[in-house]
Amino acid sequence: MLQQECEVRICARDLQVGFDGRVLMRHVSFDVRAGEIFCIMGVSGSGKSSLLRVLMGLKAPQAGRIFYGDTDFWGGDQEARRNVMRHAGVLFQGGALWSSMTLAENVGLLLQQYTDMEEQEIREHALLKLALAGLAGFEDYYPSEISGGMRKRAGLARALALDPRILFLDEPSAGLDPVSGRMLDDLILELRETLNTSFVIVSHELQSIFAIADNSVYLDVQSRSVTAVGRPADLARDPETEVNARRFLTRGKV
Amino acid sequence: MQSNPQEVAAHASVQAETRKQGRLLHVSVCGLWRMGDSLPAEAHFVLQCLTDARVRELSLNADDLHHWDTSLLVFLVRVIRTARKRGLTVSLNLPEGLTRLLSLALSAPAGADVVRRQTDETFLSTLGGRALALLPDIADFFYFLGEIVASFQRLILGQSHMRLQDLMAIVYECGVRALPIISLTSLLFGLILAFVGWVQLTQFGAQVYVAGLVGIGMLRIMGAMMVGVVMSGRVGAAYAALTGTMRVNEEVDALSAAGIYPVDFLVLPRVLALTAMTPLLTLYADIMGIAGGYLVGVTMMGLNPYEYLNATVQMTPFRHVLVGLVYGTFFGVIIALSGCFHGMRCGRSAGAVGLAVTTAVVHALVGIILATAVITVVCTVLGV
Repeated sequence: MLQQECEVRICARDLQVGFDGRVLMRHVSFDVRAGEIFCIMGVSGSGKSSLLRVLMGLKAPQAGRIFYGDTDFWGGDQEARRNVMRHAGVLFQGGALWSSMTLAENVGLLLQQYTDMEEQEIREHALLKLALAGLAGFEDYYPSEISGGMRKRAGLARALALDPRILFLDEPSAGLDPVSGRMLDDLILELRETLNTSFVIVSHELQSIFAIADNSVYLDVQSRSVTAVGRPADLARDPETEVNARRFLTRGKV
Repeated sequence: MQSNPQEVAAHASVQAETRKQGRLLHVSVCGLWRMGDSLPAEAHFVLQCLTDARVRELSLNADDLHHWDTSLLVFLVRVIRTARKRGLTVSLNLPEGLTRLLSLALSAPAGADVVRRQTDETFLSTLGGRALALLPDIADFFYFLGEIVASFQRLILGQSHMRLQDLMAIVYECGVRALPIISLTSLLFGLILAFVGWVQLTQFGAQVYVAGLVGIGMLRIMGAMMVGVVMSGRVGAAYAALTGTMRVNEEVDALSAAGIYPVDFLVLPRVLALTAMTPLLTLYADIMGIAGGYLVGVTMMGLNPYEYLNATVQMTPFRHVLVGLVYGTFFGVIIALSGCFHGMRCGRSAGAVGLAVTTAVVHALVGIILATAVITVVCTVLGV
């Protein structure tokens, strides 16, 4: 594999996100590089999920710009955004699987839509992605027939369907048992290593954040701005880190 | 992703050769593997070689592998699975990351028994399955009826979980908010009846009998029928969708877990509200229908307004109103039961909710027609 560490995949500049007239976050700027695991941290209600929705093209920012490579994401039209998002995968918080399709069909739908593969090939690809997520053997089950944690892993398998360059994960390890959570972390690291995938993760799970994140922003709810930037494990140790961010990273021990 | 500037092969390629007098199959993957590209021609050759009885060992290697994604992984998994099925010795000399992903992909299923058996879908088995399911379905419906009766008993004893505010909201929704559409449809239906009668009756110079035709037609059956059809589309479908979605979201389970009877909370208020409101709407529809007939009679046929009203009262005995109310009450019960039953028995997917709504409306309409037939026969026998 080639690794061009310097390549910037997402570049956010001076983003302002919020609802209607309400501003949740101002002046958010960061870069996500190829093969980087980037974490968005913050307490509940700080605008993490809104920021993620802005990055995924589901919601327009109130101000600021996002570049995917050279493409101005919100400066272009819907079609341009769809093209960018074709190379991204998304794992939603609850899995958001299509409930009237089996797991294999859930994963296969994107392959069917975006590639010229044969039916049999699509199924093989779908089974592989499910196996990577630890769901071998469950391909013909419906989402309502498996447990919540398995639904989450199936959601990840679906996000992986097209070998995306960027993966957005919204609370990936919430609702997973510790062993599955660890497995997920390992899989994230493995994919980064082998396929050079970039990750944008919204998470509360400190253990997993420390284990995998290369870079992060901390969204502070009081000042409505980014108060800490850097590798979470370093931020937690650094006495210079802003106090709210340190409190978050040390579970309130500061 | 990026590709090597000094690309040797722009496409995926596989090289295979047999060594050690055909015992060892040496396969090396190279080039550029991209999802969506077709498999290289040699790939099929490799799979063919694997079926050769002389081959006892397989060695997988990577030379000049530039860029790959999971399409390579899919190919390798297929090769390894085929080899293992034949009991070959497999040795991997692949990049480390690829080996790790392979071992993840090849890890055994959580349990061999989890693989779901494909169900047999031939015509006969489907027919048989339907026939076998019919009796339990009917039994289930009667069980549902029993639940409603038990719930009604709790209501009388004052132990019901039904909330008055829910009942009032549902009454408002299915009664008051249905008035505009009932007005429109019934008025138009009265007009239609009058026009149809007009064409025939003018041949005998008996235009005034249009009043009787519209009056009896609307009061006895058509008023109730219009309300039944409109309400099964408007309300029956809504009940099925609402309770069905609540089941998908585990909201019904949340009620049960909180010790609240879902039937008390969701079904009973709807059945009561619709049973009460459908006869009232029927009366309203009757009046609107007669108004429609009156419009045609007075403005187009040139009948005297008093003459028309007088003829209506003279020609339509009061019992027709009562018969119409009987129809209306039955229709209300049928629509509410059909909507709630299919909603409460809904599967746990979005598709199942759609199916529940469709079935609820179809069953309500069929039920209305069947009830009409039965009541009509009974009325004829009784001479009402």
